Amino acid sequence: MLCVLPVPAQARRFVVVLDAAHGGADTGAVLSAAGTAGGQSGDRQALEKQTLDKQALEKQTLDKQTLEKEMTLAMSQQLRALLVARGFTVVETRENDQLVDADARAVAANRAHADACLTLHATEAGTGVHLFVSSLGQLQPTLLMPWKTVQAGWVQSSLKLSSALHASLTATGNGSGSDVEIPVTMGRTSLPAIDSMACPAVAVEVAPWHGGAGSEVVDVTDLDYRTRVLQAVAAGLLSWRSEAGQP
Amino acid sequence: MTPRYQKILFTVLFLTSVLMTAVLVRLREHAHDQLLQGITEQGTTAPAVAPPEPVTFMVADDGTSTLRAESMAFPLPVEPEARARAVLNRLLAQYASPQSQHPLPTETDPVEAVYLMAESDPAPGTPSDRSASEPATQIHSSPEPASRRNQIAIVDLTQSFAATHPSGLETETLTVLSICATLHANLPRVAEVRFLVGGQQQATLNGHADLTQTYLTAASAAASGAQP
Repeated sequence: MLCVLPVPAQARRFVVVLDAAHGGADTGAVLSAAGTAGGQSGDRQALEKQTLDKQALEKQTLDKQTLEKEMTLAMSQQLRALLVARGFTVVETRENDQLVDADARAVAANRAHADACLTLHATEAGTGVHLFVSSLGQLQPTLLMPWKTVQAGWVQSSLKLSSALHASLTATGNGSGSDVEIPVTMGRTSLPAIDSMACPAVAVEVAPWHGGAGSEVVDVTDLDYRTRVLQAVAAGLLSWRSEAGQP
Repeated sequence: MTPRYQKILFTVLFLTSVLMTAVLVRLREHAHDQLLQGITEQGTTAPAVAPPEPVTFMVADDGTSTLRAESMAFPLPVEPEARARAVLNRLLAQYASPQSQHPLPTETDPVEAVYLMAESDPAPGTPSDRSASEPATQIHSSPEPASRRNQIAIVDLTQSFAATHPSGLETETLTVLSICATLHANLPRVAEVRFLVGGQQQATLNGHADLTQTYLTAASAAASGAQP
Protein backbone atom coordinates (compact mmCIF):
# COMPACT_ATOMS: atom_id res chain seq x y z
CA MET A 1 0.00 0.00 0.00
CA LEU A 2 1.26 3.47 -0.83
CA CYS A 3 0.58 6.75 0.88
CA VAL A 4 0.15 10.01 -1.03
CA LEU A 5 1.79 12.57 1.15
CA PRO A 6 -0.14 15.68 2.16
CA VAL A 7 0.83 18.92 0.48
CA PRO A 8 1.16 21.60 3.17
CA ALA A 9 -1.06 24.61 2.79
CA GLN A 10 0.46 28.10 2.63
CA ALA A 11 -1.15 29.48 5.76
CA ARG A 12 -3.03 27.33 8.20
CA ARG A 13 -3.39 26.63 11.85
CA PHE A 14 -0.93 24.53 13.82
CA VAL A 15 -2.48 21.08 14.07
CA VAL A 16 -1.65 18.58 16.80
CA VAL A 17 -2.98 15.02 16.58
CA LEU A 18 -3.52 13.28 19.92
CA ASP A 19 -3.64 9.53 19.62
CA ALA A 20 -4.94 7.88 22.80
CA ALA A 21 -3.51 4.36 22.55
CA HIS A 22 -5.65 1.23 22.88
CA GLY A 23 -9.45 1.38 23.25
CA GLY A 24 -12.41 -0.97 23.08
CA ALA A 25 -11.40 -4.62 23.42
CA ASP A 26 -7.73 -3.58 23.42
CA THR A 27 -7.49 -2.53 27.05
CA GLY A 28 -3.71 -2.09 27.24
CA ALA A 29 -1.96 -2.45 30.59
CA VAL A 30 -3.74 -2.76 33.91
CA LEU A 31 -2.66 0.10 36.12
CA SER A 32 -3.00 -0.10 39.88
CA ALA A 33 -4.40 3.16 41.10
CA ALA A 34 -4.57 4.83 44.46
CA GLY A 35 -7.70 6.57 43.31
CA THR A 36 -9.78 6.61 40.17
CA ALA A 37 -8.76 7.45 36.64
CA GLY A 38 -9.67 11.01 37.35
CA GLY A 39 -7.20 11.09 40.18
CA GLN A 40 -9.78 11.49 42.93
CA SER A 41 -8.64 9.79 46.10
CA GLY A 42 -12.14 8.73 47.09
CA ASP A 43 -13.40 8.15 50.63
CA ARG A 44 -10.74 5.60 51.41
CA GLN A 45 -10.62 6.29 55.15
CA ALA A 46 -14.31 5.67 55.48
CA LEU A 47 -13.93 2.49 53.54
CA GLU A 48 -11.08 1.31 55.73
CA LYS A 49 -13.27 1.64 58.80
CA GLN A 50 -15.79 -0.70 57.35
CA THR A 51 -15.48 -4.39 57.91
CA LEU A 52 -15.47 -5.90 54.49
CA ASP A 53 -15.94 -9.51 53.67
CA LYS A 54 -13.72 -11.24 51.13
CA GLN A 55 -15.94 -10.48 48.16
CA ALA A 56 -16.08 -6.80 48.97
CA LEU A 57 -12.30 -6.71 49.33
CA GLU A 58 -11.84 -8.27 45.91
CA LYS A 59 -14.28 -5.79 44.40
CA GLN A 60 -12.40 -2.94 46.06
CA THR A 61 -9.16 -4.21 44.53
CA LEU A 62 -10.73 -4.29 41.10
CA ASP A 63 -12.13 -0.79 41.59
CA LYS A 64 -8.60 0.46 42.27
CA GLN A 65 -7.39 -0.81 38.93
CA THR A 66 -7.46 1.47 35.94
CA LEU A 67 -7.06 0.26 32.42
CA GLU A 68 -4.47 1.90 30.19
CA LYS A 69 -7.13 2.67 27.57
CA GLU A 70 -9.05 4.75 30.17
CA MET A 71 -5.91 6.55 31.27
CA THR A 72 -4.77 7.40 27.74
CA LEU A 73 -8.23 8.75 26.88
CA ALA A 74 -8.23 10.87 30.05
CA MET A 75 -4.75 12.15 29.15
CA SER A 76 -5.83 12.93 25.60
CA GLN A 77 -8.85 14.91 26.75
CA GLN A 78 -6.87 16.83 29.36
CA LEU A 79 -4.07 17.61 26.92
CA ARG A 80 -6.60 18.71 24.29
CA ALA A 81 -7.98 21.29 26.73
CA LEU A 82 -4.47 22.54 27.51
CA LEU A 83 -3.57 22.83 23.82
CA VAL A 84 -6.82 24.45 22.67
CA ALA A 85 -6.31 27.07 25.39
CA ARG A 86 -2.91 27.79 23.83
CA GLY A 87 -4.32 28.24 20.34
CA PHE A 88 -3.59 24.84 18.83
CA THR A 89 -5.98 22.99 16.57
CA VAL A 90 -6.37 19.53 18.05
CA VAL A 91 -7.51 16.33 16.35
CA GLU A 92 -8.09 13.19 18.42
CA THR A 93 -7.93 9.69 16.94
CA ARG A 94 -10.58 8.55 19.41
CA GLU A 95 -12.87 10.44 21.75
CA ASN A 96 -14.48 7.49 23.51
CA ASP A 97 -13.86 3.87 24.37
CA GLN A 98 -13.68 2.42 20.87
CA LEU A 99 -11.27 0.11 19.11
CA VAL A 100 -9.26 2.01 16.49
CA ASP A 101 -6.70 0.06 14.50
CA ALA A 102 -3.21 1.34 13.72
CA ASP A 103 -4.03 2.18 10.09
CA ALA A 104 -7.08 4.24 11.06
CA ARG A 105 -4.99 6.21 13.55
CA ALA A 106 -2.38 6.98 10.90
CA VAL A 107 -5.07 7.89 8.36
CA ALA A 108 -6.60 10.35 10.85
CA ALA A 109 -3.20 11.94 11.47
CA ASN A 110 -2.31 12.15 7.78
CA ARG A 111 -5.68 13.61 6.79
CA ALA A 112 -5.27 16.30 9.44
CA HIS A 113 -1.95 17.39 7.84
CA ALA A 114 -0.62 17.47 11.38
CA ASP A 115 2.36 19.49 12.54
CA ALA A 116 2.86 17.15 15.50
CA CYS A 117 1.44 13.75 16.40
CA LEU A 118 1.55 12.40 19.94
CA THR A 119 0.64 8.81 20.76
CA LEU A 120 -0.21 8.56 24.45
CA HIS A 121 0.54 5.50 26.60
CA ALA A 122 0.60 4.74 30.32
CA THR A 123 2.40 1.95 32.16
CA GLU A 124 3.23 0.56 35.57
CA ALA A 125 6.79 -0.33 34.53
CA GLY A 126 9.74 2.02 34.79
CA THR A 127 9.69 5.54 36.13
CA GLY A 128 8.93 9.02 34.82
CA VAL A 129 8.13 9.75 31.21
CA HIS A 130 9.36 7.72 28.25
CA LEU A 131 9.57 9.34 24.82
CA PHE A 132 9.80 7.11 21.77
CA VAL A 133 10.46 7.90 18.13
CA SER A 134 10.11 5.42 15.27
CA SER A 135 13.13 3.18 14.77
CA LEU A 136 12.90 3.60 10.97
CA GLY A 137 15.96 5.03 9.26
CA GLN A 138 15.69 8.53 7.81
CA LEU A 139 14.71 8.79 4.14
CA GLN A 140 14.00 11.77 1.94
CA PRO A 141 10.21 12.20 1.75
CA THR A 142 8.80 11.58 -1.71
CA LEU A 143 5.31 12.01 -3.09
CA LEU A 144 4.57 8.30 -2.80
CA MET A 145 5.97 6.28 0.08
CA PRO A 146 5.28 2.72 1.29
CA TRP A 147 2.45 2.89 3.82
CA LYS A 148 4.25 0.98 6.58
CA THR A 149 7.35 3.18 6.43
CA VAL A 150 5.90 6.64 5.75
CA GLN A 151 7.39 7.91 9.00
CA ALA A 152 10.88 7.43 7.53
CA GLY A 153 10.49 10.81 5.84
CA TRP A 154 9.81 12.51 9.19
CA VAL A 155 12.22 10.75 11.54
CA GLN A 156 14.55 13.75 11.86
CA SER A 157 11.61 16.04 12.64
CA SER A 158 10.28 13.49 15.12
CA LEU A 159 13.64 13.40 16.90
CA LYS A 160 13.61 17.22 17.13
CA LEU A 161 10.06 17.17 18.49
CA SER A 162 11.13 14.52 21.01
CA SER A 163 14.04 16.74 22.08
CA ALA A 164 11.70 19.72 22.53
CA LEU A 165 9.40 17.64 24.72
CA HIS A 166 12.38 16.25 26.64
CA ALA A 167 13.69 19.75 27.35
CA SER A 168 10.29 20.89 28.53
CA LEU A 169 9.70 17.84 30.74
CA THR A 170 13.12 18.00 32.40
CA ALA A 171 12.53 21.67 33.14
CA THR A 172 9.47 20.80 35.23
CA GLY A 173 11.62 20.50 38.36
CA ASN A 174 12.66 24.13 38.09
CA GLY A 175 10.25 26.84 39.12
CA SER A 176 7.25 24.57 39.31
CA GLY A 177 7.15 24.27 43.07
CA SER A 178 8.93 20.93 43.06
CA ASP A 179 12.61 20.31 43.72
CA VAL A 180 12.68 16.98 41.96
CA GLU A 181 12.75 16.61 38.21
CA ILE A 182 10.63 13.96 36.60
CA PRO A 183 13.03 11.49 34.94
CA VAL A 184 12.62 11.41 31.18
CA THR A 185 14.09 8.78 28.87
CA MET A 186 14.24 8.79 25.08
CA GLY A 187 14.30 5.77 22.81
CA ARG A 188 13.45 4.31 19.44
CA THR A 189 10.83 1.65 18.81
CA SER A 190 8.58 0.23 16.16
CA LEU A 191 4.92 1.18 16.51
CA PRO A 192 2.74 0.42 13.49
CA ALA A 193 0.56 3.53 13.97
CA ILE A 194 3.52 5.89 14.20
CA ASP A 195 5.43 4.19 11.37
CA SER A 196 2.59 5.14 8.98
CA MET A 197 2.23 8.75 10.12
CA ALA A 198 3.32 11.53 7.76
CA CYS A 199 4.12 14.04 10.49
CA PRO A 200 6.64 14.54 13.31
CA ALA A 201 5.45 11.81 15.68
CA VAL A 202 6.42 10.87 19.23
CA ALA A 203 5.01 8.24 21.59
CA VAL A 204 4.68 9.60 25.12
CA GLU A 205 4.47 6.94 27.82
CA VAL A 206 3.79 8.01 31.39
CA ALA A 207 5.06 5.69 34.16
CA PRO A 208 4.90 6.03 37.96
CA TRP A 209 7.27 8.58 39.40
CA HIS A 210 9.71 7.05 41.91
CA GLY A 211 10.87 10.23 43.48
CA GLY A 212 8.02 12.38 44.60
CA ALA A 213 8.07 14.22 47.92
CA GLY A 214 9.81 11.95 50.45
CA SER A 215 10.85 9.60 47.64
CA GLU A 216 7.38 8.13 47.53
CA VAL A 217 6.01 6.50 44.43
CA VAL A 218 3.54 8.75 42.64
CA ASP A 219 1.12 6.62 40.68
CA VAL A 220 0.41 7.32 37.04
CA THR A 221 -3.25 7.86 37.91
CA ASP A 222 -2.36 10.73 40.25
CA LEU A 223 -4.08 13.81 38.83
CA ASP A 224 -1.44 16.29 40.02
CA TYR A 225 1.38 14.25 38.52
CA ARG A 226 -0.48 13.76 35.27
CA THR A 227 -1.30 17.46 35.05
CA ARG A 228 2.34 18.36 35.63
CA VAL A 229 3.44 16.03 32.84
CA LEU A 230 0.78 17.21 30.39
CA GLN A 231 1.49 20.88 31.11
CA ALA A 232 5.14 20.21 30.31
CA VAL A 233 4.13 18.45 27.10
CA ALA A 234 1.96 21.44 26.15
CA ALA A 235 4.90 23.76 26.87
CA GLY A 236 7.10 21.55 24.71
CA LEU A 237 4.62 21.81 21.85
CA LEU A 238 4.57 25.60 22.25
CA SER A 239 8.35 25.56 21.91
CA TRP A 240 8.01 23.29 18.87
CA ARG A 241 5.52 25.69 17.31
CA SER A 242 7.90 28.60 17.89
CA GLU A 243 10.69 26.65 16.20
CA ALA A 244 8.38 26.11 13.25
CA GLY A 245 8.06 29.87 12.96
CA GLN A 246 4.50 30.22 14.15
CA PRO A 247 3.67 32.49 17.05
CA MET B 1 -18.12 -79.77 18.68
CA THR B 2 -14.97 -77.69 19.38
CA PRO B 3 -12.42 -79.59 21.37
CA ARG B 4 -11.59 -78.22 24.82
CA TYR B 5 -7.92 -77.62 24.08
CA GLN B 6 -8.92 -75.38 21.12
CA LYS B 7 -11.22 -73.32 23.35
CA ILE B 8 -8.41 -72.84 25.84
CA LEU B 9 -5.97 -71.94 23.05
CA PHE B 10 -8.39 -69.44 21.55
CA THR B 11 -9.04 -67.82 24.94
CA VAL B 12 -5.30 -67.52 25.63
CA LEU B 13 -4.66 -66.02 22.19
CA PHE B 14 -7.53 -63.56 22.60
CA LEU B 15 -6.33 -62.43 26.04
CA THR B 16 -2.78 -62.09 24.70
CA SER B 17 -3.91 -59.91 21.81
CA VAL B 18 -5.89 -57.66 24.18
CA LEU B 19 -2.86 -57.37 26.46
CA MET B 20 -0.55 -56.59 23.54
CA THR B 21 -2.95 -53.88 22.30
CA ALA B 22 -2.93 -52.25 25.71
CA VAL B 23 0.88 -52.40 25.88
CA LEU B 24 1.16 -50.97 22.37
CA VAL B 25 -1.12 -48.02 23.20
CA ARG B 26 0.84 -47.31 26.38
CA LEU B 27 4.18 -47.48 24.57
CA ARG B 28 2.89 -45.07 21.93
CA GLU B 29 1.78 -42.58 24.60
CA HIS B 30 5.11 -42.93 26.37
CA ALA B 31 7.03 -42.30 23.13
CA HIS B 32 4.87 -39.21 22.43
CA ASP B 33 5.52 -37.84 25.91
CA GLN B 34 9.24 -38.40 25.50
CA LEU B 35 9.19 -36.64 22.14
CA LEU B 36 7.49 -33.57 23.65
CA GLN B 37 9.90 -33.51 26.59
CA GLY B 38 12.80 -33.86 24.21
CA ILE B 39 11.80 -30.63 22.43
CA THR B 40 11.88 -28.57 25.60
CA GLU B 41 14.85 -30.27 27.24
CA GLN B 42 17.07 -30.74 24.22
CA GLY B 43 20.57 -29.64 25.00
CA THR B 44 19.60 -26.80 27.34
CA THR B 45 21.95 -27.87 30.09
CA ALA B 46 25.59 -28.33 29.46
CA PRO B 47 27.33 -31.35 30.91
CA ALA B 48 28.79 -30.61 34.31
CA VAL B 49 32.29 -31.34 33.03
CA ALA B 50 32.09 -28.64 30.31
CA PRO B 51 34.40 -25.69 31.01
CA PRO B 52 32.80 -22.28 31.69
CA GLU B 53 32.70 -20.05 28.62
CA PRO B 54 32.57 -16.24 28.57
CA VAL B 55 29.12 -14.87 27.79
CA THR B 56 28.09 -11.24 27.28
CA PHE B 57 24.63 -10.17 28.35
CA MET B 58 23.17 -6.89 27.10
CA VAL B 59 21.19 -6.04 30.21
CA ALA B 60 18.30 -3.59 30.08
CA ASP B 61 17.93 -0.74 32.56
CA ASP B 62 14.45 0.79 32.85
CA GLY B 63 15.81 3.83 34.69
CA THR B 64 17.98 4.97 31.81
CA SER B 65 16.24 3.11 28.98
CA THR B 66 19.58 1.67 27.87
CA LEU B 67 21.39 -1.64 27.59
CA ARG B 68 24.70 -2.26 29.31
CA ALA B 69 27.10 -5.11 28.71
CA GLU B 70 27.68 -7.59 31.53
CA SER B 71 30.12 -10.49 31.26
CA MET B 72 29.71 -13.87 32.90
CA ALA B 73 31.13 -17.35 32.43
CA PHE B 74 29.22 -20.60 32.60
CA PRO B 75 29.14 -23.94 30.77
CA LEU B 76 27.24 -23.92 27.50
CA PRO B 77 25.97 -26.60 25.13
CA VAL B 78 27.94 -27.05 21.91
CA GLU B 79 25.02 -27.02 19.48
CA PRO B 80 24.45 -23.36 18.37
CA GLU B 81 20.65 -23.33 18.73
CA ALA B 82 20.75 -24.88 22.17
CA ARG B 83 23.58 -22.48 23.04
CA ALA B 84 21.51 -19.46 22.01
CA ARG B 85 18.53 -20.74 23.96
CA ALA B 86 20.65 -21.35 27.08
CA VAL B 87 22.13 -17.82 26.89
CA LEU B 88 18.71 -16.18 26.48
CA ASN B 89 17.13 -18.19 29.29
CA ARG B 90 20.00 -17.18 31.57
CA LEU B 91 19.58 -13.52 30.52
CA LEU B 92 15.84 -13.53 31.22
CA ALA B 93 16.37 -15.37 34.52
CA GLN B 94 18.55 -12.44 35.63
CA TYR B 95 15.60 -10.08 35.21
CA ALA B 96 13.62 -12.08 37.78
CA SER B 97 16.07 -11.21 40.56
CA PRO B 98 14.93 -8.58 43.09
CA GLN B 99 17.91 -6.33 42.23
CA SER B 100 17.05 -6.22 38.55
CA GLN B 101 16.78 -2.79 36.93
CA HIS B 102 14.36 -4.32 34.44
CA PRO B 103 12.13 -6.51 36.61
CA LEU B 104 10.31 -9.37 34.92
CA PRO B 105 8.26 -12.15 36.51
CA THR B 106 9.99 -15.40 37.41
CA GLU B 107 9.56 -17.90 34.60
CA THR B 108 11.36 -21.19 34.10
CA ASP B 109 12.92 -21.28 30.62
CA PRO B 110 10.84 -18.54 28.96
CA VAL B 111 12.57 -19.21 25.64
CA GLU B 112 11.01 -22.36 24.25
CA ALA B 113 13.35 -22.67 21.27
CA VAL B 114 15.78 -20.71 19.10
CA TYR B 115 16.07 -21.58 15.42
CA LEU B 116 19.06 -20.35 13.41
CA MET B 117 18.84 -20.09 9.64
CA ALA B 118 21.28 -18.78 7.05
CA GLU B 119 20.09 -15.65 5.27
CA SER B 120 18.93 -16.47 1.77
CA ASP B 121 20.44 -13.30 0.32
CA PRO B 122 23.64 -12.44 2.13
CA ALA B 123 23.89 -8.77 3.01
CA PRO B 124 26.93 -6.88 1.73
CA GLY B 125 27.59 -5.49 5.20
CA THR B 126 26.07 -5.32 8.62
CA PRO B 127 23.01 -3.04 8.47
CA SER B 128 23.26 -0.03 10.68
CA ASP B 129 19.59 0.75 11.02
CA ARG B 130 16.16 -0.61 10.15
CA SER B 131 15.82 0.39 6.55
CA ALA B 132 12.68 2.07 5.39
CA SER B 133 13.04 0.77 1.91
CA GLU B 134 11.65 -2.52 0.71
CA PRO B 135 14.16 -5.37 0.83
CA ALA B 136 16.17 -5.20 -2.35
CA THR B 137 16.79 -8.33 -4.35
CA GLN B 138 20.48 -8.63 -5.08
CA ILE B 139 22.13 -10.83 -7.63
CA HIS B 140 25.42 -12.32 -6.53
CA SER B 141 27.72 -13.84 -9.07
CA SER B 142 29.45 -15.98 -6.45
CA PRO B 143 27.18 -16.57 -3.46
CA GLU B 144 28.89 -17.17 -0.15
CA PRO B 145 28.59 -20.62 1.38
CA ALA B 146 25.83 -20.99 3.97
CA SER B 147 28.40 -21.49 6.72
CA ARG B 148 29.68 -17.90 6.23
CA ARG B 149 26.38 -16.10 5.70
CA ASN B 150 24.68 -14.00 8.29
CA GLN B 151 22.02 -15.80 10.25
CA ILE B 152 18.41 -15.15 11.11
CA ALA B 153 17.44 -16.20 14.62
CA ILE B 154 13.84 -17.08 15.33
CA VAL B 155 13.18 -16.84 19.06
CA ASP B 156 10.13 -18.73 20.28
CA LEU B 157 8.95 -17.36 23.63
CA THR B 158 6.47 -19.17 25.87
CA GLN B 159 2.92 -17.86 25.99
CA SER B 160 3.06 -17.54 29.76
CA PHE B 161 6.15 -15.32 29.52
CA ALA B 162 4.44 -12.99 27.04
CA ALA B 163 1.21 -12.92 29.03
CA THR B 164 2.93 -12.10 32.33
CA HIS B 165 5.48 -9.64 30.91
CA PRO B 166 4.86 -6.12 32.30
CA SER B 167 2.79 -4.20 29.76
CA GLY B 168 4.38 -1.00 28.52
CA LEU B 169 6.15 0.55 25.57
CA GLU B 170 9.54 0.98 27.26
CA THR B 171 9.69 -2.28 29.19
CA GLU B 172 8.58 -4.44 26.25
CA THR B 173 10.91 -2.65 23.82
CA LEU B 174 13.88 -3.09 26.16
CA THR B 175 13.18 -6.82 26.56
CA VAL B 176 13.10 -7.28 22.79
CA LEU B 177 16.24 -5.18 22.23
CA SER B 178 18.05 -6.93 25.08
CA ILE B 179 17.35 -10.33 23.49
CA CYS B 180 18.47 -9.13 20.05
CA ALA B 181 21.65 -7.45 21.30
CA THR B 182 22.59 -10.40 23.54
CA LEU B 183 22.18 -12.80 20.63
CA HIS B 184 24.41 -10.60 18.48
CA ALA B 185 27.02 -10.24 21.23
CA ASN B 186 27.39 -14.00 21.61
CA LEU B 187 26.58 -15.17 18.08
CA PRO B 188 27.96 -12.36 15.88
CA ARG B 189 26.62 -13.93 12.69
CA VAL B 190 23.06 -13.40 13.91
CA ALA B 191 22.08 -10.25 12.01
CA GLU B 192 18.28 -10.50 12.20
CA VAL B 193 15.87 -11.71 14.85
CA ARG B 194 12.23 -12.66 14.53
CA PHE B 195 9.91 -13.62 17.34
CA LEU B 196 7.25 -16.25 17.88
CA VAL B 197 5.09 -16.76 20.95
CA GLY B 198 4.09 -20.35 21.65
CA GLY B 199 5.11 -21.29 18.12
CA GLN B 200 2.80 -18.71 16.52
CA GLN B 201 3.34 -15.20 15.24
CA GLN B 202 1.90 -12.64 17.65
CA ALA B 203 1.33 -8.94 16.99
CA THR B 204 2.91 -7.65 20.19
CA LEU B 205 4.75 -8.96 23.24
CA ASN B 206 2.06 -7.83 25.69
CA GLY B 207 0.22 -5.03 23.92
CA HIS B 208 3.10 -2.78 22.83
CA ALA B 209 6.39 -4.07 21.35
CA ASP B 210 5.83 -5.03 17.72
CA LEU B 211 6.70 -8.70 17.18
CA THR B 212 5.66 -8.82 13.54
CA GLN B 213 8.77 -7.07 12.26
CA THR B 214 12.27 -8.41 11.78
CA TYR B 215 14.75 -6.80 14.17
CA LEU B 216 18.28 -6.03 13.02
CA THR B 217 20.66 -6.89 15.84
CA ALA B 218 23.15 -4.13 15.04
CA ALA B 219 20.33 -1.59 15.19
CA SER B 220 19.08 -2.98 18.51
CA ALA B 221 22.19 -1.92 20.37
CA ALA B 222 22.15 1.50 18.72
CA ALA B 223 18.43 2.06 19.37
CA SER B 224 18.84 1.39 23.06
CA GLY B 225 22.04 3.38 23.51
CA ALA B 226 24.02 0.30 24.54
CA GLN B 227 26.90 0.98 26.90
CA PRO B 228 30.05 -1.16 26.96
